[in-house]
Amino acid sequence: MKKLTRPFDEIRKQAVEEWNRLWNDGRAVIRVESATCGRAAGVLQVADAVQKKLQELNIDAKIVNTGCIGLCYLEPIMDVTKPNQPSILYHSLDPKTAASIVEDYLVKNDIRADKALCSLGSSYANLPSLAELPVMQKQTRWILQRCGLIDPEKIEHYIALGGYSGLVKALSMKPHEVIEWVKLSRLRGRGGAGFPTGKKWEVCRSAPGDEKYIICNADEGDPGAFMNRALLESDPHFVLEGMVIGSYALGAQVGYIYCRAEYPLALERLRTALKQMADFGFLGKDILGSGHNFEIRIKEGAGAFVCGEETALIASIEGKRGMPRPRPPYPAQSGLWGKPTVINNVETWACVSLIFQKGWEYFANKGSESSKGTKTFSLVGKVKRAGLIEVPLGITLKEIIYDIGGGIIGDKEFKAVQIGGPSGGCLPKVLLTTPVDYDSLSSAGSIMGSGGIVVMDEDTCVVDIAHYFLDFTQKESCGKCVVCREGTWKMLQLLKAIKEGRADSNTLAKLEDLAQIVKIGSLCGLGQTAPNPVLTTLRYFRDEYEAHINEKRCPAKVCKNLITYYIIPDKCEGCMICLRECPSGAIRGGKRMVHIIDQEKCSKCGVCYNVCPPRFRAVVKVSGEHMNTPSEPIPVQRRK
Amino acid sequence: MINMAEASQILASDETIKVMEILKRYSSDKDNLIPILQEIQKNVGYLSPDFVRLVSKHLKISASSVYGVATFYTMFKFAKPAKHNIKVCLGTSCHVKGGDRILETFERLLEVRCGESSRDLMFSLERVACLGSCALAPVVVIDDTIYGNMHVDRIKPILSKIRG
Ligand SMILES: Cc1cc2nc3c(=O)[nH]c(=O)nc-3n(C[C@H](O)[C@H](O)[C@H](O)COP(=O)(O)O)c2cc1C
Ligand code: FES
Repeated sequence: MKKLTRPFDEIRKQAVEEWNRLWNDGRAVIRVESATCGRAAGVLQVADAVQKKLQELNIDAKIVNTGCIGLCYLEPIMDVTKPNQPSILYHSLDPKTAASIVEDYLVKNDIRADKALCSLGSSYANLPSLAELPVMQKQTRWILQRCGLIDPEKIEHYIALGGYSGLVKALSMKPHEVIEWVKLSRLRGRGGAGFPTGKKWEVCRSAPGDEKYIICNADEGDPGAFMNRALLESDPHFVLEGMVIGSYALGAQVGYIYCRAEYPLALERLRTALKQMADFGFLGKDILGSGHNFEIRIKEGAGAFVCGEETALIASIEGKRGMPRPRPPYPAQSGLWGKPTVINNVETWACVSLIFQKGWEYFANKGSESSKGTKTFSLVGKVKRAGLIEVPLGITLKEIIYDIGGGIIGDKEFKAVQIGGPSGGCLPKVLLTTPVDYDSLSSAGSIMGSGGIVVMDEDTCVVDIAHYFLDFTQKESCGKCVVCREGTWKMLQLLKAIKEGRADSNTLAKLEDLAQIVKIGSLCGLGQTAPNPVLTTLRYFRDEYEAHINEKRCPAKVCKNLITYYIIPDKCEGCMICLRECPSGAIRGGKRMVHIIDQEKCSKCGVCYNVCPPRFRAVVKVSGEHMNTPSEPIPVQRRK
Repeated sequence: MINMAEASQILASDETIKVMEILKRYSSDKDNLIPILQEIQKNVGYLSPDFVRLVSKHLKISASSVYGVATFYTMFKFAKPAKHNIKVCLGTSCHVKGGDRILETFERLLEVRCGESSRDLMFSLERVACLGSCALAPVVVIDDTIYGNMHVDRIKPILSKIRG
């Protein structure tokens, strides 16, 4: 494609034609969801099998690779569209089934109701439509509207479905009017802290100097969250359009995307998208004839959580160790190379595109009083329908976990929901009615964070979870300030002592003291928020800490030093499976002899517990109890 | 005929040539340091003292400054990599879904500890925090292949398939 400054209307007309041709040229279309999560579930093998089948049947159909529709619990997913029919979405595929579906539906016109989940668009042949599914009913899909439906490597698909009209709109306004719109929309940053985006832009715009930068923060460090990855892999132009709008408003000529290296597919799709933008005249010199120049560079992260923090991220782009510095001055005043810099999260940039495509009123009309618009979340952990979701702000946690997520796997008892990652908190059942917005969550002791929601059931130990997060932040502490470096380490030692049954009655008080010190005294957000998981679990689940300390008991039976495995003599049939599998050689017994576990040797790996055949169920895991077992193996017949 | 000493030099220089070619593509601006190190890490697999010296010369900064940056980021390795790299995710979702047991099983079957390579340099084993596929936890990445919904029972077959 040659460089052009065609009028946008013409670009859009051609894009719409191309999109329509995809659906109306008489051939069937098969979309396969090939984002990273789909690949982890094996979608590439599914796509191969489909391709082979099409060749074998001599069917001329089109295969389109898309991103992630968010129904990760049903992956691998594909949808099949016959000419002039709605698309049918198939789930939980394996290569063989997928190939058979292609044959059954395209050749024999059997829609394969056994594997069909829904239709896309109107309902069809007794299948519900996607919007009618329980998982979708409470969702509002704005940011994810095209995810899984378009080919992310085709800019035409994005344009045909409304893309880049926001940029055209913004370029028709004065830069300060653009900022005014962002302020009116009341958009708050989606990267965690929820700072009003329009305000940040205004500070940067009014800072002295002509050289300004913008940055897209795609570091997504929260270990358990993948919204940004999914969006970049599924609809990269939605994010990039927002960056161009921002650059125009702020007068920035260069922008950076700082993306973590753990996301190779997102990086690849971003690079493709940037090339296409330049070809279409949305990047480079004199963008769409506006006189505005802008280019975007990609920087790959190198594996450091703290680099998600804005000042550390900037240091990393400058080629230094990614260590934060005290603020003020804020990056909007003095950022990259000391120049005024606006840094926003991936989803924030997509919100900007949306605001200019649909108008600020559209955005500000959704959400709660203090928090406008929608928010994407990755809903994971012990929840039935794990995946990527988008909800209007103000919805309750309960609606998210039960109505959208379908409740707890195996209908076990809900224990806690962790929201906000290592900077967030664990909230108990009584707080499930908390509305999800910036202010309600922080008064509950958590934070909105970037959008990770991890659901935990009765088998999760909250002390273990607090330990897990602190272990994470302690390892990721950059070491610059003493309070964070030493404080998190000392807190971790205390938590370890609790987990291992070595804590005494003073431990909790010490832990709480230290938590306050680290919270107040740390230089950057990493240390200031690191105690949150500990403080919230102490606040809401104190009894579990006390059980560990006073009774040396782990109620969820997770903490290894406080659990014991036993073989119940009455149930053991002497099959020798556990004896053979035990990696520590801790089980004694013989054919038709009741086995026993040598507790001195047992490493608590749980292998015996898992391999004991379900018809015997002879191995038990207990905490805080003692069981009497024979001291030597005895024949099965002779046991009482 | 070439003797052993010469041969080993030629082998070593193969990697060195690669590094020098990478350096050619970058100006000596200091903000190129991390991208250069990343490209060496990706294409050569590790940062040897020799490579670090070459980088420091190219950017006109001290070798200790290069080390200062390189050791800050977990991506950079300083020893020759094993043939296959196994990354076990211990992000929050994977932790809650039993990622620890997956890691322990790899350690046991490969007889290596997390962060180390097996003696025959066939496998290296490391833990990572989140691979962005949390809905399919627990997750493992071996070389470039990502495995979702991992289960301890799947590990042995996967390893023997890789061993061939
Ligand atoms: C330790 C730490 C890690 C962070 N990680 C991220 C991250 O991964 N992604 C992100 O967008 N913001 C992250 N932030 C927040 C950024 O510093 C910054 O506030 C944000 O990128 C601003 O964008 P927003 O206003 O659009 O939210 C992190 C902050 C801290 C203290
Ligand atoms: S927590 Fe393992 S992939 Fe995210």
